[in-house]
Amino acid sequence: MIKSISDIQEIREQKRADMAVRLMPQEPVTAGYRMQILVCGVAGCQSSGSLEIIAELEKQIKTGGLEKEVKVVKTGCFGLCAQGPIMITYPDQITYVRVKPEDVQEITDSHIKGGKPVDRLLADDGDEKKVMNALRDTTFFKMQKKNALRNCGTIDPESIDEYIAKDGYKALEKALTEMSPEDVVQTVKDSQIRGRGGAGFPTGVKWSFAAGQQVKQKYVCCNADEGDPGAFMDRSVLEGDPHSVIEAMAIAGYAIGADQGYIYVRAEYPVAVERLKLAIKQAEGYGLLGKDIFGKGFDFDLEIRLGAGAFVCGEETALLTSVEGKRGEPHPRPPFPAVKGVFGKPTILNNVETYANIPPIILNGAEWFASVGTEKSKGTKVFALVGKINNTGLVEVPMGTTLREIIYDIGGGIPNGKKFKAAQTGGPSGGCIPASKLDTPIDYDSLIEMGSMMGSGGLIVMDEDTCMVDLAKFFLEFTVDESCGKCPPCRIGTKRMLEILTRITEGKGELEDLDKLEVLARNIKASALCGLGQTSPNPILSTMRYFKDEYIAHVVDKKCPAGVCKSMVRYIIDRDTCKECGICAKNCPTECISKDPEKGYVIDQDKCVKCGTCVAKCPFKSILNNA
Amino acid sequence: MTQNCNGCQQHDDRTVKLDEIISKYKDTKGTLIQVLHEAQEIYGYLPFEVQMDISNKMDIPLAEIYGVVSFYTAFSIYPKGEYQINVCMGTACYVKGAGDILDKFRMRLSIDVGECTEDRRFSLDSCRCVGSCGLAPVVTVNGKVYAKVTPDQVDDIIAEYSGTQKGAGAQ
Repeated sequence: MIKSISDIQEIREQKRADMAVRLMPQEPVTAGYRMQILVCGVAGCQSSGSLEIIAELEKQIKTGGLEKEVKVVKTGCFGLCAQGPIMITYPDQITYVRVKPEDVQEITDSHIKGGKPVDRLLADDGDEKKVMNALRDTTFFKMQKKNALRNCGTIDPESIDEYIAKDGYKALEKALTEMSPEDVVQTVKDSQIRGRGGAGFPTGVKWSFAAGQQVKQKYVCCNADEGDPGAFMDRSVLEGDPHSVIEAMAIAGYAIGADQGYIYVRAEYPVAVERLKLAIKQAEGYGLLGKDIFGKGFDFDLEIRLGAGAFVCGEETALLTSVEGKRGEPHPRPPFPAVKGVFGKPTILNNVETYANIPPIILNGAEWFASVGTEKSKGTKVFALVGKINNTGLVEVPMGTTLREIIYDIGGGIPNGKKFKAAQTGGPSGGCIPASKLDTPIDYDSLIEMGSMMGSGGLIVMDEDTCMVDLAKFFLEFTVDESCGKCPPCRIGTKRMLEILTRITEGKGELEDLDKLEVLARNIKASALCGLGQTSPNPILSTMRYFKDEYIAHVVDKKCPAGVCKSMVRYIIDRDTCKECGICAKNCPTECISKDPEKGYVIDQDKCVKCGTCVAKCPFKSILNNA
Repeated sequence: MTQNCNGCQQHDDRTVKLDEIISKYKDTKGTLIQVLHEAQEIYGYLPFEVQMDISNKMDIPLAEIYGVVSFYTAFSIYPKGEYQINVCMGTACYVKGAGDILDKFRMRLSIDVGECTEDRRFSLDSCRCVGSCGLAPVVTVNGKVYAKVTPDQVDDIIAEYSGTQKGAGAQ
């Protein structure tokens, strides 16, 4: 139980000594473990077998009698998810990628016992160049700046002591002992941090609204309902560093005068939920949550509320209704949650990444945070880099980094030598950024200007094989499915837009459909009740803005240039390159490819279901899409 | 005393568990969704009787409970298969071909999304992002994640759970 500042300092010092090789890898090892092996234990790497690797490592260390010298630590995300499972050894900082349980023996014998790293498992930096110290020497890591992810991949998320050792709960201690609630709000305001979950509202301003309410009961809520498809920033923070969110919520509670917090987290994230539960229990055990924290008379409790799979609950009023255990339908603002939120009381709601930034702001000051970024967007932003990109994973970069730097330098470019077509940000509320805008510095305002939005930070890269009309349809299907049905513009309007889009992708569209789409889109934007409805036309508007020619091709020429829209696809076999091997005919599920004695192999267009199996199987790329 | 038939015994066990859950949450406000989550864990779905039971014991109108159950996609009023196949249709998985994988499952199992095979062995659902976008496209079977799935692997995945040994491969 921590009753005073010296108590926590004692834990900090003790654990620091224990983690010495990790915290100060350049210093000579004097005591404790001579080597610590960090293995990613986040959902992505778990799915590719990291837990088996940890078990195998521990077994090998035990049989080798190395328990006192070598320690295995299960950590949060290192970011290089595509190459998982990832393992980093300290103090030498060797990074191994795509490790399999059967590799562990070799790592143990050669590296742990012999001091010689296993070359074939090293991370590479483009061009298959193997890199010894990936954290220092790869472009992927070099160009990043980690604030929100500062502890992800360096500490054991299930150990509160490790969090404390890395200055954890020091910001809460500073707030409670040296600052008044007004000071805290002012510091957050001065840092100019904007909400990391969507529209980018200034966090400090939000806090000051709630702080100004003269009501006894107030609430602090955390939006961990990361519903944007293709986004996993919040998941990684919760799984890799849950205490940072808990500490920040306690600080927020102190700042606005709330003694109760709720974390609303998706039920689809079981690992995150378990780690949060454990973290809350540990914090309560230490007295860092509960009554009279640090003996300063401040009380704060935290509860988890599980979501149940409704995208609209990412919208703040809907989320707060869902926290109450009801149907998560949004309602009009004002009243804003800062005035009337959970159970009708003043409530602040911030997203996971926003909270993760708060402790360092309190510790290092507002100027420290505001020194990074662009004029109106300060600090760093975490992006989930996914889709057609080589280094799929989690990256954190200063605001104002260009898309080109993110995609080509950090992301390693597009696989298979394909051409970049567009990047999608902001999920179903966002839009597409075309190649011509690759050099625009990314921040809240530049994204809005380009017809997209920051959203929570999912960044989906698309190459020439993606059909933009089909993509718009995909997002519309999503919104139609997730519309709660409360307001007609969203309930009826999005459905009508989807019908028009479907018509276009089936080759039945007409030119005037494009005008209809645009009018409908603008009307919905102006009249829907909540953020979900208001932003639902964005995918259509932005693809129409930058890829109008594709819409025209679908409508006028009845062709899908990317060859995605099935009803417009027509596969033909190129006689010049066909070697008549017959592989296509053997693999065709509908048996529609046959050999004609004169024409060679031909596809029966009536029977073809356009599954594309023949295209994938043909060794000579002789099957063409005559769209 | 005569032995209850196995079915009733199971029924009793489940009711007792449900009572425990309700009494755990009853006095905290706004916990209906948590109760429904845990009830679904016991029953596999939320049949009318269970909703009724929760309504009576938590003193919440049945209409309100049904309203919540029908609002959220995580809750089902229909039974699910023994093996629940979920194809992730998040954007990252979608642009990497999740649609083709879903189609193949549909074809092979002869059921549509949201349905259950007649022998109750498989049910097929598409889900929103599971947050493993680095491994796209992703399929989960009873929570076990299959990464970078290709349509060719669909048959293997089905075969893995069609074997005679019950429970093979599941969690």
